[in-house]
Amino acid sequence: MTKQMFRIAPGFEEIMPQEYRDLVTHGPYDRNVGVADLGTFKELLEEHPLCAGCGLALSLRLFLASLPAPADTVVVGSTGCSAIAFPQVGLHNIHGLFGNQNAIASGLKRALKLRFPDQPKDVVVVAGDGATADIGLEMVMHSWFRGENIATVMLDNEAYANTGGQESGMSPRGTVLNMAPTGKKFEKVAMPEIAREAGCAYVATTSPLHARRFEKAIRRAILVARDVGSTYVQVFCPCPTNYKFRPDETLSVIRKREKEGVFQYREYITPQAQEYLAAVEGEKQ
Amino acid sequence: MIEQRVARTAGEVLEPARRERRFMTGSEAVKEAILRSNITMAIAYPITPQSESMHLVGDLYAEGYIPDYFRGESEFAVMSQVAGAAMGGVRVFTATGGPGTLRAFEMFPCWAGMRLPIVCCFFTRGVNSPLSIQPDTIEMAFLLDTGMIMLHAEGAQDLYDFTLRAFAIAEQTDVHIPVGVFADGFFVTHTREMVAVGPPDLKLPPYDPHRSPVPAMDMEGVPVRHMRDPFVMKSNFISYAAHASWQQEVMAAAERSRKYVHQYLGGLLETEDEDADILIMAAGTAVSQSREAIQLARAQGIDVGLVKFKCLRPFPTEEVQHLARRARAIVVPEFNRVGWLAREIKAVVDDNSRVVGAPRVFGGMTMPSEMILAQLKACVPATR
Repeated sequence: MTKQMFRIAPGFEEIMPQEYRDLVTHGPYDRNVGVADLGTFKELLEEHPLCAGCGLALSLRLFLASLPAPADTVVVGSTGCSAIAFPQVGLHNIHGLFGNQNAIASGLKRALKLRFPDQPKDVVVVAGDGATADIGLEMVMHSWFRGENIATVMLDNEAYANTGGQESGMSPRGTVLNMAPTGKKFEKVAMPEIAREAGCAYVATTSPLHARRFEKAIRRAILVARDVGSTYVQVFCPCPTNYKFRPDETLSVIRKREKEGVFQYREYITPQAQEYLAAVEGEKQ
Repeated sequence: MIEQRVARTAGEVLEPARRERRFMTGSEAVKEAILRSNITMAIAYPITPQSESMHLVGDLYAEGYIPDYFRGESEFAVMSQVAGAAMGGVRVFTATGGPGTLRAFEMFPCWAGMRLPIVCCFFTRGVNSPLSIQPDTIEMAFLLDTGMIMLHAEGAQDLYDFTLRAFAIAEQTDVHIPVGVFADGFFVTHTREMVAVGPPDLKLPPYDPHRSPVPAMDMEGVPVRHMRDPFVMKSNFISYAAHASWQQEVMAAAERSRKYVHQYLGGLLETEDEDADILIMAAGTAVSQSREAIQLARAQGIDVGLVKFKCLRPFPTEEVQHLARRARAIVVPEFNRVGWLAREIKAVVDDNSRVVGAPRVFGGMTMPSEMILAQLKACVPATR
């Protein structure tokens, strides 16, 4: 997409909403901006309806600021908290159904590859832990088996948050949540390991606590997906509403889990992806 | 691979100046239709009695006629994958049937709501339990209100024509909703008949995503935020009104398709002796069985005509009302337990006690024409 596409016709500037004018004049579409530039450009997410202190909302802002090519990025989402924020994102984004996000993204990416052979279109799946590790696991894994050129980002808030805080496969063992009245009986689903074994070329776990590290994982996942194969990033973004901590404690909850060693930052890169990243990251410097 | 030329108009492919008659199965007729349809992608998942049709479409991919084709992991996944492809702005095709239809079901109202002109063949069969792979049209009852246009082929010739024409109907700017092309599994897919096909070196003009009433999800349009206030899960008047008006628009799109069904299929119905005393109204292979029964009935002096449904959604309400006005009885033979076609007809005609919802066979049972004849005979004393 070129900026010409959404430029305001002369004489119509005043009747366009302020946020639209801001996107045209200060949006990130064809500028090389990142999380370090937050505050200097108009962000793609506007007035989201997520809860105060939502780890997912913060992650979404960082995610959108981390996109290597926002002007050519389409996001496929799924049912859940992120789905109620995405209608307010200035990107083409699709809400399919609950769990079929990687299937929709597979079809979409293949169609865009055929329609735009010379212009990379990044297709990124952004979905919650329920959509990714539970109801959609079959379609997530099969998109990886097929090596689809899509990046999958799981926003892991360790529960079905939007439906009122039920246990998900990603809730830690022992956690008492709705539908787990005596505590969860099994460990978090080992999604990074599953991703690696299913053939992902790049796998990372990250959190919004370290914005630059977060940005690096997202950028790498999207770039590797463009030219090498499927990629997966798991973002730990706890939920104050359902885990009953104060909205200003979100980052300290991550820090605490990090100190306890329960949450670890990990990165797995295949030799082929490593070679590719060395080339593109070297090119940039 | 035959070098193909893109037709200047759809009509060149749909109404070719010359047709060649070949002896083929319904599955092969699907292949012939897809060969001429200029699709960009096809996605497959096996289920009896559909599988063979998508094997043959796979052969077209291997031969170079289709740019992309793969096997998905379930029908729900496949229906999601074709939706993603359609949202990406390309022409796609898939097929399923029976339990596959039900497994995929959540996507069908989505296709309509997303305004996707997907063409999908449904080769109907019984749904479990107990396990059955045999012909049965019960899945059509479930699909009647998903928002898709529904065409029902009587045989392989219809299947060829309807599949190809479905793209022309689905992709109209003022329609742009999915079309399901239905054929009775085994009876049509696995039997052979003479099918007249157009020249293989001519294919439909390509799909143009810029004629879609909703933008393709390709970041080549204005990336405005879709909604200032997302209406999902909101409890306010605006959210209800937005959803309600969208649903009405999808229904209106189906209504607007009537003129294209007339243009490309010659109408929603076909009739023979429509002024007869007794009318048989049927769809699919029940029509073929009825043709036999009519021969037997006429030999016995019974005045009977035939109404064949080609299009069930939108439903030919006015046509049926008009045809029914003089009939003493309307016999509706069906290959399913619930009698959904009889129900549809009863809902629109005056004095619906005239509608005989029989014979009905299901679970793979055949429908000998004598069964239909018996119903016709039973109508005679009551009408004299």
